[in-house]
Amino acid sequence: MSDPTHLSLAEARDALKSKQLSAVELAQAHIDAISKSRALNCFITETPEFALAQAQESDARIARGDARPLEGLPLGIKDLYCSKGVRTTAGSRILDDFTPTYESTVSANLLRDGAATLGKLNLDEFAMGSSNETSAFGPVVSPWRRAADPDAKIVPGGSSGGSSSAVAARLCLGATATDTGGSIRQPAAFTGTVGIKPTYGRCSRWGIVAFASSLDQAGPITRTVRDAAIMLRSMAGHDPKDTTSVDAPVPDYEAAVGASVKGRRIGVPKEYRIDGMSAEIAALWDRGAAWLKDAGAEIVEISLPHTRYALPTYYIIAPAEASSNLARYDGVRYGCREQGRDVSEMYEKTRAAGFGPEVRRRIMIGTYVLSAGYYDAYYVRAQKVRSLIKRDFDEAFASGVDAVLTPATPSTAFAQGEKGSADPVEMYLNDVFTVTVNMAGLPGVAVPGGLAANGLPLGLQLIGKAFDEETLFSLAAAIERAAPKIELPQPWWREG
Amino acid sequence: MSVDSATVRRIAHLSRIAIEDSEVERLRGELNAILAFVETLSEVDVDGVEPLTSALPMQMKKRADVVTDGGIADEILANAPLREDHYFVVPKVIE
Repeated sequence: MSDPTHLSLAEARDALKSKQLSAVELAQAHIDAISKSRALNCFITETPEFALAQAQESDARIARGDARPLEGLPLGIKDLYCSKGVRTTAGSRILDDFTPTYESTVSANLLRDGAATLGKLNLDEFAMGSSNETSAFGPVVSPWRRAADPDAKIVPGGSSGGSSSAVAARLCLGATATDTGGSIRQPAAFTGTVGIKPTYGRCSRWGIVAFASSLDQAGPITRTVRDAAIMLRSMAGHDPKDTTSVDAPVPDYEAAVGASVKGRRIGVPKEYRIDGMSAEIAALWDRGAAWLKDAGAEIVEISLPHTRYALPTYYIIAPAEASSNLARYDGVRYGCREQGRDVSEMYEKTRAAGFGPEVRRRIMIGTYVLSAGYYDAYYVRAQKVRSLIKRDFDEAFASGVDAVLTPATPSTAFAQGEKGSADPVEMYLNDVFTVTVNMAGLPGVAVPGGLAANGLPLGLQLIGKAFDEETLFSLAAAIERAAPKIELPQPWWREG
Repeated sequence: MSVDSATVRRIAHLSRIAIEDSEVERLRGELNAILAFVETLSEVDVDGVEPLTSALPMQMKKRADVVTDGGIADEILANAPLREDHYFVVPKVIE
């Protein structure tokens, strides 16, 4: 068989089942690709021996007709998921050589279903960033390059930048990711891949390093809509260890891929046509609507009046929750420790040395908005505006809309160092179209919509009703069929 | 609202993050840029609106009040930077 890293996850599954390919061959092909692709800096920790051992077991199971849903499929795991016996960093120095003695529920679900895990993927520190430039382990490089400027190192988006880059560079068939304000969908859009953030509560958060607990959700990044459906089915499900995980059956998402979208009503929110939107993004959005219309859907304009307040609301709520969640990094139970004269100085020095600038900034903002005298003016007000943002969606869905179509990002990917160095807010604006979805707890998927004039991918976003990921998979598959086929980059980055 | 240098130092201390004198001005600028960005929320009419504390309406699940885990002191201490037997070791807290 020709290079098995070029197969989709579904194709690889079928090739293994029909024994055209062995799980060990498939794992080895990915391990070889990873070892030649370190220039992209996708992985913080590689686990080739573990992947091969799992692949051997998979071959044995396939031979005796006992294959599980993801049997022998090599995946990457964002290094925010705790892996039993494997160093887990959250992209931060502060965790040092923290090696969990337990496995996160979602990654355990993938292992239960037979996946072979290749290692831990790079990310923005504590998932705080939109370009993977805040990682303590260095930025991730996207396999994509600008046509006119091939030497510029393009960011893969963030915070799941190792996941998106590795999937686009064919270093794994799919990867886990997490999304607090857009960290699955924005990197997927930047790399021509598919990323779905399911409904809040669909996947367990247990064992995933917490950023903002009322917003965080796990989800996959893959190269096709079908692959995302296959992975999500394994990742999702009730977990008694996460009280916010929902006790409801997980549908067969793959069955929704290819289902007709005839008669579906798709809302196009006028408030997303923001000031200064580029003509290219506006045209992409119009094309997306036209593709769905051609597939039999009905396009209606809707209003989500509080859209412009979503990002400011996020930059109160997420740092507030982060300042509380990250209080646990104190140099006592795990991670690095700096010596101090007393316990307070030890905490302060440890946290100053262990956290990077963006994380320190967000902890400080969160501490401020929760502090006495400011709590009501900032935090409680933001929670009230969050109610209004959610109400906008409730009303749109109540009016008969089945899903909402928007661009995924306000621009294509940019080069390292181009954004946010002078003003942190400039980087935050990347999430303007995605963050509303986290505010409302809804599912959202990013799907490729073609290439921009600069040669980089553009993505569309579909937003669904709570726990209606199936409709999103059907609609995303319709866009995938209609959109110009994206050719992933040739491996210019490979060594040897 | 904007913060002055004394407030930056106070927030840093509340956050238990040591900062150098040379960092205060830069941090003040960055924090004020973010506070200016979120200032726009003051124009929203939130009268009578309940704060949203849970993304989706869900009942807090309850379970029987029984021990389900434990006896894993070695695992809990496995990653401690400094430990003695089954204790985390920290600098002296009481003078």
